[in-house]
Amino acid sequence: MQRIGVFVCWCGSNIAATVDVQQVADELAKEPGVVYSTNYQYMCSQSGQQMIQEAIKEHHLTGIVICSCSPRMHEATFRKTAAAAGLNSYMVEIANIREQCSWIHKNKEEATEKAIILGRAAIAKVHLNAPLTAGESPVVKRALVIGGGIAGIQTALDIADAGFEVDIVEKKPTIGGKMAQIDKTFPTLDCAACILTPKMVDVAQNEKIHIYSYSEVESVKGFVGNFTATIKKKARYVKEDVCTGCGLCTEKCPMKKVPNEFNQMLDNRTAIYIPFAQAVPKVATIDPNACMMLKNGKCGVCSKVCTAGAIDYTQKDEYIEQQYGAIVVATGFNTIKLDNFDEFAYSQSPDVVTSLEFERLMNAAGPTGGTLLRPSDHTHPHTLVFVQCVGSRDISGCGKPYCSKICCMYTAKHAMLCREKYPDTEVYVFYIDVRTPGKNFDEFYRRAVEEYGVHYIKGMVGKVAPKDGKLMVQASDLLANDQLLIEADMVVLATAIEPDESARSIATMLTASMDTNDFFTEAHPKLRPVESPTAGIFLSGVCQGPKDIPETVSQASAAAAKVIGLLVKDKLTCNPCVAESNELMCNGCSACEKVCPYGAITYSDKEFRTPYRTTIMRRVASVNPAVCQGCGACTVACPSGAMDLKGFSTRQIMAEVDAICK
Amino acid sequence: MQEAMIKRAKELLAEGTVNRVMGWQAGEFAYDITPTVFSSADELDKAFVYNDFCSANVSKYMIKESRKEGKILCFLKPCDSYSFNQLLAEHRIWRDNVYIIGIPSYGKVDVNKVRAKGVTGITGIHTDGPNVVVETIYGSETMVKMDVMEDRCLCCKSKKHMVYDELLGEEGEVLQSNRFEQVEALENMTPEERYEFWRSELSKCIRCNACRNVCPACTCENCVFDNPASGVANKAPSSDFEENMFHIIRAFHVAGRCTDCGECSRVCPQNIPLHLLNRKFIKDINELYGTYQAGEDKDARGPLTNFTVDDCEPSIVHHRRG
Repeated sequence: MQRIGVFVCWCGSNIAATVDVQQVADELAKEPGVVYSTNYQYMCSQSGQQMIQEAIKEHHLTGIVICSCSPRMHEATFRKTAAAAGLNSYMVEIANIREQCSWIHKNKEEATEKAIILGRAAIAKVHLNAPLTAGESPVVKRALVIGGGIAGIQTALDIADAGFEVDIVEKKPTIGGKMAQIDKTFPTLDCAACILTPKMVDVAQNEKIHIYSYSEVESVKGFVGNFTATIKKKARYVKEDVCTGCGLCTEKCPMKKVPNEFNQMLDNRTAIYIPFAQAVPKVATIDPNACMMLKNGKCGVCSKVCTAGAIDYTQKDEYIEQQYGAIVVATGFNTIKLDNFDEFAYSQSPDVVTSLEFERLMNAAGPTGGTLLRPSDHTHPHTLVFVQCVGSRDISGCGKPYCSKICCMYTAKHAMLCREKYPDTEVYVFYIDVRTPGKNFDEFYRRAVEEYGVHYIKGMVGKVAPKDGKLMVQASDLLANDQLLIEADMVVLATAIEPDESARSIATMLTASMDTNDFFTEAHPKLRPVESPTAGIFLSGVCQGPKDIPETVSQASAAAAKVIGLLVKDKLTCNPCVAESNELMCNGCSACEKVCPYGAITYSDKEFRTPYRTTIMRRVASVNPAVCQGCGACTVACPSGAMDLKGFSTRQIMAEVDAICK
Repeated sequence: MQEAMIKRAKELLAEGTVNRVMGWQAGEFAYDITPTVFSSADELDKAFVYNDFCSANVSKYMIKESRKEGKILCFLKPCDSYSFNQLLAEHRIWRDNVYIIGIPSYGKVDVNKVRAKGVTGITGIHTDGPNVVVETIYGSETMVKMDVMEDRCLCCKSKKHMVYDELLGEEGEVLQSNRFEQVEALENMTPEERYEFWRSELSKCIRCNACRNVCPACTCENCVFDNPASGVANKAPSSDFEENMFHIIRAFHVAGRCTDCGECSRVCPQNIPLHLLNRKFIKDINELYGTYQAGEDKDARGPLTNFTVDDCEPSIVHHRRG
């Protein structure tokens, strides 16, 4: 029989205002095995913990039940408390009477009754608890960063600075991401390339960083400290270590009509291409969908002109397996497709552009060499209309319910740059609200309005209609209560951003959770914002939620700090609550092996004794406790009940259920 | 067919390919057919039978038999081959120790249906075209086979063997079965009606465990109902409803692995339509995860032990009736 102590916490008034803590302690004192029961204002405080430790010693307790907040909050705290008093950490059970009781009830009587029931269940469980000892597992001192945009770059640089190896996996032929496409950055208006490209060079030159460009993560196995990732290096048909990036092949390639993704399809590139002059690695890539040599074996010009002999039409996808201690997700974003927004005539007129396309039109390295020209007839636009919140804050279902956060500021930037470079232009911005929190952000916006004379109009654009080479913009001015009709030369849509389409499959691979908008969920929205709830997975940049560059960079460095904190450890304490197979009951059916997400279960043929001095060979499962993460999937898949989870055994859970239903 | 089977079995015994034969013999009565292991040509001549009463699925016997010394010959009907294949998928049978002869099945006869026609003193049966001729001590009776066929055979899912080393007779095809119609009828009931239906059926249960013992999916080394540590074995039921839970738990345990062979209902002495519980699971699996037939492919990952990104979300279940 266990000697159980019950400690009921008031949590200030969080619990005590809705639950009669005295009654809970009194009722639970009557439960079998309970030798001590008390209540206290803050069990987690220094004096509360001391009270627990003294009770353990004085009453020779063999198990304790803390009726308090969620175990996610303070289970670790109370386990340490118990261990310090000489009680095994796993003889502690938490009855969550805050989140699961006091916070969701109003009636004190009902809440008290429920708190008593939750306490009884924990007591029933602790009766069956057994002391457990945690093992240790080594940490692979190498990090994987998925995505090579500014988030991935910053994280990788910071981790490498601390002396750890980092691999960046980027699906495009170059790192740089969206920031490489941007012209100027708010609120200081320094050029994006000037601040980004030196960082890209730093990455390339850092001997601790390896870039897998034009590559994707194919699969991830393992657990914190010990992930194994398979990286698919897509065939670029150019030998990466031989190509000098001279660009001769891109000049000579006869296939010149391939839409250029880097310029948002506003101009064309060749079939063999280097996305932009500062690309890292500066290596050509052959687009297999456009190359005539790869499609029908006729051409071979690039191979002839390449003096380095870097072209290899027979290259195949390559698979690389690598171990990592930590993984950082930095998969970034894309602008949404505008199929649901026909009213803005995006598909009807080339002069209706998204903001990212507008960035390219303003960029000195863009398709127009930095001169703002209309895509349709290459003339200088005189009237520009910017439409904010295209697909953002949209609860109609056509767009996204969230605020894309960056649009107000970049629209102010675009409007300001237009007016500065081309003072003869009239610039209108239609907005729902202007949201400019951030250092020097509101000042920036006010400069656009006050110094640059941008017409900010509160209201939405109802329709854009192309007419005689112009765009007729029908809109409402809500403050003046007026309907407007503007004859514009160009319309720029502040298109909502969404997580990259690869995010969901990566989340599945990593068993990391996502929200309904496919943004990665953080472990705690306030206190653990750069960690995924899955141990060893960290979040950097827009994959976690919309952000601008300063925020992305700070989050990237924060994620790096967390990774470094993990990688400096030589060993991690394992979770002792792992599965265990009872070989006498195991059928060897492989159901557990199939559901195990960590590959922790293996099978072997073993000889078992049978009556009359005979033996029989049977296939039985065994669990590798260093790999098992204690998810319990195997215990429910096992038809015979041979699999059980230490600390959460079927008997313990049934005892809890019985206690609740009693 | 019986002669051809005995002839082939004797050949395989004589050439040493196998040292035992899994077959059927008559029990106390001619219709009371029992699976048997024969180990000599003499025994085969004396007792081996294969007729319209031989409906027992012998695949489950192969778990123990395949672990013994030497190879055993096993005759499998199409539906038995699904069970056999599923057991192979679960690594329960040692395939190398079994020699399988696939035999056709044109439906087996339910002796209760024969008896219901007032026939007694049955001594034998044979097929004659669309009819069966039942021999009795009072002479022979001819009846239309469809009228006396087992219910499970009337909605047969397949005449094709999933696994075999050789075939006797002709191979059939996978059929379009209407077997889920019975489940639909249950689904169309109100929850109250359905509850009443199952309560009245399951309350007939005498817990003889015949369904579990015959079931080719119930092959655990130590069944939870026999394992004192599980907390459910031999537990005195706190209500008659808890007793009914036995069948529901069993249905959950075999979900995704049940091949719908129908042995559970065949052996039930109380005639409880137990197969409907399992068939409901199969129908649900088909609807939620795409058509899946357990035992069809021994290397397939069953939908309940597999995860794909396009798996239906759990909330979908709430939107469905039943």
